[in-house]
Amino acid sequence: MTAAAAAEPAQSLAQPLVHAVNVTKSFHHNEVLKGIDLDVDRGQVVCLLGPSGSGKTTFLRCVNQLETIDGGRIWVDGELMGYADRDGKLYRLKNKEIAAQRREIGMVFQRFNLFPHMTALQNIIEAPTQVRGESRKSARERAMKLLDRVGLADRCNAYPAQLSGGQQQRIAIARALAMQPKLMLFDEPTSALDPELVGEVLAVMRELALDGMTMIVVTHEMSFAREVADTVVFMDAGVVVEAGPPKDVISNPQHSRTQAFLSRLRSEHEHP
Amino acid sequence: MTVSDAVVEKRRGLSPRQRAQRSRGIQYAVLIVIVVVAAFTANWGQIASVFFKPEFVKSAFTSGLPGAFLKTIEYTAGAFVIGLLGGTLLALMRLSRVAPYRWFATAYIEFFRGLPAIVVFVAFSLLPLAFADLVIPLDPYGTVWLALGIVAAAYMAEVIRAGIQAVPKGQIEAARSLGMPAGVATRKIVLPQAFRIVLPPLANDLILLVKDSSLVFIIGTSAAAYELTGFGRDLANTESNLTPLVTAGFCYLVITLPLGLLVRWLEAKAARAH
Ligand SMILES: Nc1ncnc2c1ncn2[C@@H]1O[C@H](COP(=O)(O)OP(=O)(O)O)[C@@H](O)[C@H]1O
Ligand SMILES: [Mg+2]
Repeated sequence: MTAAAAAEPAQSLAQPLVHAVNVTKSFHHNEVLKGIDLDVDRGQVVCLLGPSGSGKTTFLRCVNQLETIDGGRIWVDGELMGYADRDGKLYRLKNKEIAAQRREIGMVFQRFNLFPHMTALQNIIEAPTQVRGESRKSARERAMKLLDRVGLADRCNAYPAQLSGGQQQRIAIARALAMQPKLMLFDEPTSALDPELVGEVLAVMRELALDGMTMIVVTHEMSFAREVADTVVFMDAGVVVEAGPPKDVISNPQHSRTQAFLSRLRSEHEHP
Repeated sequence: MTVSDAVVEKRRGLSPRQRAQRSRGIQYAVLIVIVVVAAFTANWGQIASVFFKPEFVKSAFTSGLPGAFLKTIEYTAGAFVIGLLGGTLLALMRLSRVAPYRWFATAYIEFFRGLPAIVVFVAFSLLPLAFADLVIPLDPYGTVWLALGIVAAAYMAEVIRAGIQAVPKGQIEAARSLGMPAGVATRKIVLPQAFRIVLPPLANDLILLVKDSSLVFIIGTSAAAYELTGFGRDLANTESNLTPLVTAGFCYLVITLPLGLLVRWLEAKAARAH
């Protein structure tokens, strides 16, 4: 990453969709991200691996500005997230403008976070109608297509409490997709699920990747990462330790910390 | 009762069941003594004719009890709406990031919760004296709704604030991640869930409000504006008999008992949902 490239992000297609440079973030003097650089090209899937507490969730939340970063810059599709750059000086955007930036980025949480007082369908059409001013009719039509895509068209009138974890997470994915985002962030989307429900969620994500969605996925599902990821990034203690194609990082890790993490994960997998 | 308690009881020669039976026997004995003493000492005829005279019950109904009943409901309902709107506003101010809003809301809530409601009503009764050309619209409703609602808002604000804070953080984050501005997220995601959480305590506040509406007579409303207590007191005065007041009292129960059942049902429903 050269300084010149960081200073003037071109909006050309050659430019990565996500371009994060030297991102730092602290919570009360506890430096959680210590200078993260990460590029994600359009249509690429990046899997973020790393031990608990390494800063994966925090990084995802910085990308869509659920956390403000202390240093560095993040561009998504050529737009600097959270700030306006005037002659090299950064000015915080208004909350409304940040909200508008977030619309372009979908996020899927570990604990689904569906709105419990709304049906599956209402969950999906709420943001498009409230935020985009889309008509209920067209939002509903698109929502039904999305529900079909995640295999839950028949449960459109169910409330979250009436759905299994796997179903809730598929609805949550559909809800994020309803805003037609350019980028999808997944934060351990299958970690809160019973093992038998993991597959149905990963299947939806795999399809999404095949359809060309750009995705950053925090996950411990190695087989998913190996199959679907274009790039695997291993994080530890707030830094990127190793990054590359899955066949390098997962199958032939160079760094001892990556090796230790993967072998620990494998032994947990075999003797849970 | 724990296992070790049971063991101790065994040693004394009484099983837990025997002990419970003995305790119940003592309670019945005390009750019988009280009833017998009351039956022989009290002048039942006089009590009945002062508190429960049928002809006065009848005259209460013909001389305006239904109207007073309706007034109590109208006063309470209007005050509840004001309390709910004001309470929601105060709760949001209390949780605001803008410090002066927080200060104002805190001061308001502490002030009106610390004050006997009757003081507020006395103040409202004196307002026309202090401000000669003050006109509160919708007389008498405007004055009553304001006086009751101002106090109710303080109580409801605390209930609603607790409800807002009980909405999981992940809900707000999901709303924000979808690009909802803070106002939309509050209106569409947080408040509906908060109100579901605080429905039982809010219904409880409604019961308190029904009873507080009896303070309205302090404001000095005209006879046409009497609610149940004002009506009952007035008629009891003219008849020199307490029956009209007792009848009015029963009318409160007609309102509050079903509300009490509603609260319990809501609480049970909320408990089931978890
Ligand atoms: N809101 C917060 N306040 C304080 N510390 C936080 C907060 N969020 C995360 N942290 C800390 O930051 C570190 C990284 O957390 P996180 O990004 O959740 O890691 P990961 O997702 O990789 O497990 C942890 O030590 C966590 O305790
Ligand atoms: Mg995490």
